[in-house]
Parts: sequence; structure tokens; C-alpha cells
Amino acid sequence: MWSRRKSMSRWHRKVRYGAIMRNCATISGINLLRVNALLILTLVALTARAGSPRIERWATANGIPVYYVHAPEIPMFDLRVVFAAGSARDGAQPGLASLTSALLTEDTAALGVDDFHAALEATGAALGAGSLRDMAWLSLRSLTDPKAATPAVELMRAALLSPRFSDEVFVRTRKQMLAGIKSEEGSPDALGAKALYRAIYGDHPYAAPTSGTETAVSAFTVADAKSFYQRYYVAKNAVLIVVGALDRMAAEKMTNELVRGLPDGEGAPPLPAVKALAVPHAVQIEFPAKQSHLILGQPGIARQDPDYFPLVVGNHVLGGNGTVSLLFGEIREQRGLSYSVSSYFEPMAVAGPFVATLQTDRPRQEEARKVLHAVIKKFIDDGPPLAALAAAKRNLIGGFPLRIDNNSKIAEYVTLIAFYGLPLDYLTTYPQHVAAVTAAQIKDAFKRRVHLETMAEITVGTSATP
Amino acid sequence: MRYANTFTHRFAGELRMASIRAAWATLFFSFAVFATPQPTQEFALANGLRVIVQEDHRAPVVAIQVWYQVGASYELDGATGQSHALEHMMFKRTKTLKSGEFSRIVADRGGRENAFTSADYTTYFQTWSADQTELSMQLESDRMQNLVLDPAEFKNELKVIQEERRLRTDDSAQALALETVLAHTWQTSPYRQPVIGWPADLAQMQLPDLAAWYHRYYAPNNAILVVVGDVEIARIKQLATRYFGPIPRREVPPPKARPELPQRGEKRLTIASDKLRVPLLMLNYKVPGFTAVGHGQPATEAWEIYALDVLLATLDGGDSARFARHLVRGRELALSAGASYQSASRLEDLFSFTGAPREGHTLAELEAAIKAEIAALQSSPPDPAELARIKIAVVAQEVYQQDSLMGQAMLIGSLAVVGLDWRIKDSYAERIQAINPQQVQAVAKKYFQSDQATIAYVVPAQKHE
Repeated sequence: MWSRRKSMSRWHRKVRYGAIMRNCATISGINLLRVNALLILTLVALTARAGSPRIERWATANGIPVYYVHAPEIPMFDLRVVFAAGSARDGAQPGLASLTSALLTEDTAALGVDDFHAALEATGAALGAGSLRDMAWLSLRSLTDPKAATPAVELMRAALLSPRFSDEVFVRTRKQMLAGIKSEEGSPDALGAKALYRAIYGDHPYAAPTSGTETAVSAFTVADAKSFYQRYYVAKNAVLIVVGALDRMAAEKMTNELVRGLPDGEGAPPLPAVKALAVPHAVQIEFPAKQSHLILGQPGIARQDPDYFPLVVGNHVLGGNGTVSLLFGEIREQRGLSYSVSSYFEPMAVAGPFVATLQTDRPRQEEARKVLHAVIKKFIDDGPPLAALAAAKRNLIGGFPLRIDNNSKIAEYVTLIAFYGLPLDYLTTYPQHVAAVTAAQIKDAFKRRVHLETMAEITVGTSATP
Repeated sequence: MRYANTFTHRFAGELRMASIRAAWATLFFSFAVFATPQPTQEFALANGLRVIVQEDHRAPVVAIQVWYQVGASYELDGATGQSHALEHMMFKRTKTLKSGEFSRIVADRGGRENAFTSADYTTYFQTWSADQTELSMQLESDRMQNLVLDPAEFKNELKVIQEERRLRTDDSAQALALETVLAHTWQTSPYRQPVIGWPADLAQMQLPDLAAWYHRYYAPNNAILVVVGDVEIARIKQLATRYFGPIPRREVPPPKARPELPQRGEKRLTIASDKLRVPLLMLNYKVPGFTAVGHGQPATEAWEIYALDVLLATLDGGDSARFARHLVRGRELALSAGASYQSASRLEDLFSFTGAPREGHTLAELEAAIKAEIAALQSSPPDPAELARIKIAVVAQEVYQQDSLMGQAMLIGSLAVVGLDWRIKDSYAERIQAINPQQVQAVAKKYFQSDQATIAYVVPAQKHE
């Protein structure tokens, strides 16, 4: 209404599928990956005053775990079903998870595309689907009024259990994906992220872009998507999340109804471990731009990593704490080398990446590279400055209430807890874990785990010296 | 916010512009359960500072924003980018704080902060634990009056801003194209200027320019304080009076009037980009918004603005809207096709269409198809069923938008700062509900004249190898 930015709608979201380190697919408009990165850093902190939302867990009649938070204030709810069906399951067909996800919320056995969307919009609900490397999901936001909720959940159920996989939708979606891939060639962010994942992950399933490759996507058939769906969108591979103004009984009834009849199937197998990088790997991607994008990266941590807290808290000092991090200070505040500079761990099912990145004017590329390396090296060698560590902890702990101040955010972190099997008291114990981290632990963990000398280094820009 | 590239903030933070939701529609089919949020309230200090408070006690957090009535559309030729550059400098020294201390204080207490500049306003915000409300007031009142502009810091920050421009405009095919299109769409309106500033203007920017800008516009009577969250209005009154009350009112001269001249015929341009891989179409029409109501010859009426919003949703309000049904599906002509309408700007603004043709189709075909959709609304009113869908969506959106404190604060502030009564947010759904199909047809006829269009084809540049 007042000011909106709703141009470039659908296809541009597709372009962003898994393209970029922190600009990936969305759950209800929320950038999950970025939220991931933040949450990891931030679930951390729990002030006594804020309290954490109480998560209840049970299983549906057919055995799917349900994670539920009662949020009675606004007459609406968020409902999600999440599968281990991200692009890490693409196998030799990069893009297949994204394609499959995109086909689910278009038409169903009973309803063609126009009728499906019309029925959905008659409820005022928003139904979405998306995927990242680890997970794929369907999500619904609806009013709790049964006049809206009942038909909305029914439509979500139809999308989940009886998607039509029509040729019409398949052909259109594949074309949009191909255009998206082509369009990514014009984005230094997307080019850099793709190169980084390739360099870090080699033959690991995380290596390929979530948006797929032109060759693979061109060769897809609707049967490919159907068999991916049948393999991975099954009860034993699912978790459910409910946040909203539904009491427990209503939530139980709704989730049972949503997944009734979903085949049991099999859980997805564990992903292979990620190998550490053995030799330095520098990649130059030619791109006609004024700036060079510098991206350093290596395998980082899994959700359950024993070094999780030292690394994540340490990174908050190094490059995670917005404008007060060491990298921001040295690169931007002291030298004006980059508008944006940061580092982060992206914990995933198995080691997700550690990334440090900046963008700078081509003539200053070498200077920026040197400073970036020097700051990271000093951090690894010396550990965090004590005052900065104390400040980072205060930021993480004191900022906790902001992480859970609305239903969208609560749903995001309950999704992480549910999908990655984190304990239900994960949040309540998090501040203690953060508080307990010492400078010596951080120094030790960085020394063992972060290896500047073998890091992949991606440069997107012009190689010609100006 | 006007466009992605005309809205720029201090660092790549997490401000979620999505929180200002696109809301279409209304109470047609009214749902039984309806949330009643706390009413929004406003008061003013003796020095002219307006304070708008929305209590929301769901979580012990608060969003605090200071909106200054100054932005890129206040700037003159040769001096573009000043508002945004000043925004960056507002995080440096004050008479009481060292450079960067502001951010350190906020981070230290678990807060998030950022700022953003648009054509119409410059806004600073913190979101944090509600018990930091007083500290926000203290910090914001300090930099409203005590900024110290240091030459060395300015020199460094200007480099940062130039990097920001390279990152977000020069090296982005779409943003650069949009900047070019806006400069061609507007002849005399300041909306032709990029918020971040033209490269040459950044290069020649001087610190005294920013000092003058600060002294001219950063006065309490030119600012609006918006507070949404776990607060009590009485306490906000007390704090605002304590911290902002002593700041003297100053005469703030109005911006130069630079009305857009009447457009004399269609404008058309082709932009080549060496970074673009998929061609794009941009199509702009100049239309009035809420600030035009009661002005013009004949005077613009309020219902026209709501009817334009309904028209927008008819074409591009979800997967059942006409663009999705006809252009993306149906004729399978477009990879994407979208529309936007800037209805809450200070000056006359745009109703814009954008799209990308599918392979095998041309920009000309897509242009013709979008114009045909407009023509269809001119020749016959939309179906009542289409309006019903739009109205249902607006009811739901009104509920959903209560979920975000920041979103609520953004909506209030963005209306108030351009001189609109923020109360129109509360009657919005009702006003949309009252729109009938004939009114949609009427605004389609009145405002979408072919000689008022600016049409841009953005095409991948030919490679010279």
C-alpha cells in the first residue's frame, strides 16, 4: 500500500535460490540463511527477564515430531513442515531440490494452477515453499479463524500430499530456473558464492549451487522431480513446527490432519563428512565491475560441533558483531576500504562454511586483501582482545530478547531446533555457554580450525591491473 | 522507501524492508476473530518535536526511530548525496561521544541500530530491550544537537560511501538501470536524483556542505520520534521532555519547490548493460499519491488513491492477479511481471511496471502485453470477484503486520514524515473495502495515458571481443 517494493516478483526470488552466501531462499519472506547465521550467534543469549518461549514437542499419529509454541497475542499462526530435502540431496542433478520445491505450491490433483491460487487467496493465507542445502519446507501463515484456517490447511495438505506435477508447471518452472541461472552470471555475489562452495566442498554434496547448473536443469524431466518428491517428502524425513494463537489441542488436530496419509518412507541418510582443505585454492572470476569482491572461505562447523561456542563467539568479535567487529573497524572505519565487511560461520548438518568477505574498488584490491588477511591472522595468532570479547558476549546475551520478539522469528529458531535435533532447552542453556567461553578457548579453537594458509580465496572482478 | 536503489542505509544491516508489507484489500468477508492492537497516540513538545507512540507489550523490546524531514529530494543539483552522507557522519563524534561510541554503546547492550535515507526522509533507529528506552532518547537527543564533523573522519567515510555506490549502484545492472530510468522519467522533479548521489557530486562534496545541511534540518521541529513496543506513553512523555525538550526550535526553511513539468509525450530509452544477462522492461506513469489529495485541477480525491491501490492489486497482487494469470501463465510471455505504486511520497511519484520476457519473446511483446492489461481495465471494470480477493488479503495483512514492531514503526513514520496523517493506516482497510469496480476503471482511464509514459528497455550489451 504505502510504499512497497513488489516489482520483479516471482522470478527474482528464484534467481536468489541458494545463490548467495546470505541471500538465499526465504521462508515467509525471511531470509533463512541470514537468520541462521544470526541465530547461531544469537540464540546465545537469554536474559532472565525475557524468558524464552516454551517449546512443546510431541509426535503426530504417523510419528512426525511436532515442535509447538503457543503465541496467543495475535489471531494468526505459522505452520511449517520441513524435510531433509535440500540441494545436498541433488546427487548428480544440481537444482533438483529447488525444482521439486517450486512445483509443490502450484497445482494439485484436484485443482489446476488458477483454481489453486484462487482458493488459497480466498483464505487470506500465505503458502510458501523453499529449499536450501540441508532442508526444504512448506510454510503457511494464516489467520486462526476457522473460515480461513480450515481451507488454508487443506490446501497446504493438498500441496504436500498430492501435487500434480503437471507438464505446464514443470516446463514453466524449468524455464524460470534457467533464466535465473543465466541471470546469476550478472551478479558478482552469486558468482562468488558459487565459486566459493565449489572450492570449499570439491566432491561433497554441498559443492553444487542450489539453483542448479544449466546443463543439469536443461536435462530435468518431470519424472525426476516426482521421484525426488517421493523419496524425500515422507514422514520419516519430516518435522513440523507450529507457532501461533492455537491451543495445544487445536495444534495437534491441525498437524495430524496436515500429514495424515503421508507415506512413511525413509529418513534421508546422513551427509558425508567434509574434508579439510589441503592446499590453497585461489580462483579469479572475471567480471566487468568497478569493484572486486574478495571472499575467503573454508569448511567451518556443523550444528553439533564441539568447538561451536568458542568459534561462534570468537567470530562475533572478529567479523560478526556489525559495526563494532574487528574487521569492520580495520577495513571500513580505519581505511574506508569497503562498505560491507564481515565474517561468519554458517553451521549446517555437516560442516557449513566459514566465510570472510568484502568488496572494494579495483585499484585498492591488494591493499584490502592484505588487511583482510592480516586481521584474520592476528586473530588466529593472538586470540580476541579481552575487552572486545566481553563486549561481544554482552551483545549476544543482551540482544536475546530481539531474537524472539515476534512470531516470525520464533518460528525461525524453532525450525532450527526441530530440524537439527537441538535440545528443547537449547535456548535456556545458550547464555551459559556463551558466558563460559574464554579467550584461551577461542584462540585454541581458531588455531585448530581456521587455516588461513589453505583457505579458498575467490576474487570476482577484473583481473587486469588498473 | 521508494526503490531499492533510492533507499540506502549506513551499513548492510538487517533492516527488513519486507516488514512494510504490501497490503492489498479489505473487510469484505470479515473474519470473526479480530485483533485489536493498542491505539497509536501522538503528542508534541513545546519545541515542535512530534512524538508518536504505539504500545505493544508482547515482548520486552522497543523500536525507537527518529525521522528527519530531509532526504535526497531536498538536495539541489551538484549537491546530491548530502543527506545520505550526513546520515553516515551521524555515527561519528559528538560533543559527548567519541567516534563510533554510539554504535559500541548500543551493541554493548544487545541493541541493533542502523539508519536509512530515502528521497523524502532520513531515519535513525534502535531496537533493543525496552529498558534501554531512556538511553535511546539520550543518544538521539545528543546527536540531534551535538554532532562534531571531523575532516579526517569525513575523508574516510566518503571513501566508504563511494564504495557503497560502486557496490549497490554501479556494479548492479538493475540498480544502475533504475537510476538511469528515474533520471529520464523526471524532468524537473528532484526524484530524478539518486539518494546516494551522483559520482561527481560525491567527489566534490565538502564537510562544510554537511555542516550546513545538519544545521538547517536537524531541529526538533523538523523531526518525528516514533516509539513502538513495551513502553507506557506517560513514561515516553517524561523522557522525551527531559531529553529533547531543552533543544531549541529553529526556523527550518521549506525545500525549494521543484514541481514536475507536464510531460509532453511518451519518453523511451534503451539502456545497455555489460552485466545484464536477461533483458528487462521498465514502464513508468506519473500519478498522484495521498499528498496530492485536494490539490490539482480538478482536485485529486482521496478515493482515487485507494482505487489505484486496488488497481495495483488487480494486476499484481499475488498468484491470482492478472499479470501472474495472463502474462506469466496463460500466454507464457513473461518470466516475471510486476507493478508498484508509490502512494505515500512527499511529491508526485510513480506507478511502475517491470518485467522480464521469457526466452523467445521480446521486450516489445511484453510492453504491449502490459499495456493491453492496462487497456483492459480502462475499457471494462474489474470483476467483483477480483476485488473480493483483494479485500480478503488486506484483512489478513492487517493482522499479520502486527507481528513486527519495526514494520509498525516504519509505517507510522513514513506517513508522518511526508506530512500525512498516520491515522490513514487505521482506516485503510475500510477505505479499500469501499472501492467499487467502476472507480478502478475510472483511475485506469484518468492516469494511464500513453503520452505520460516513460518506457525503458534494459538489454545485455553486445560483447566486443
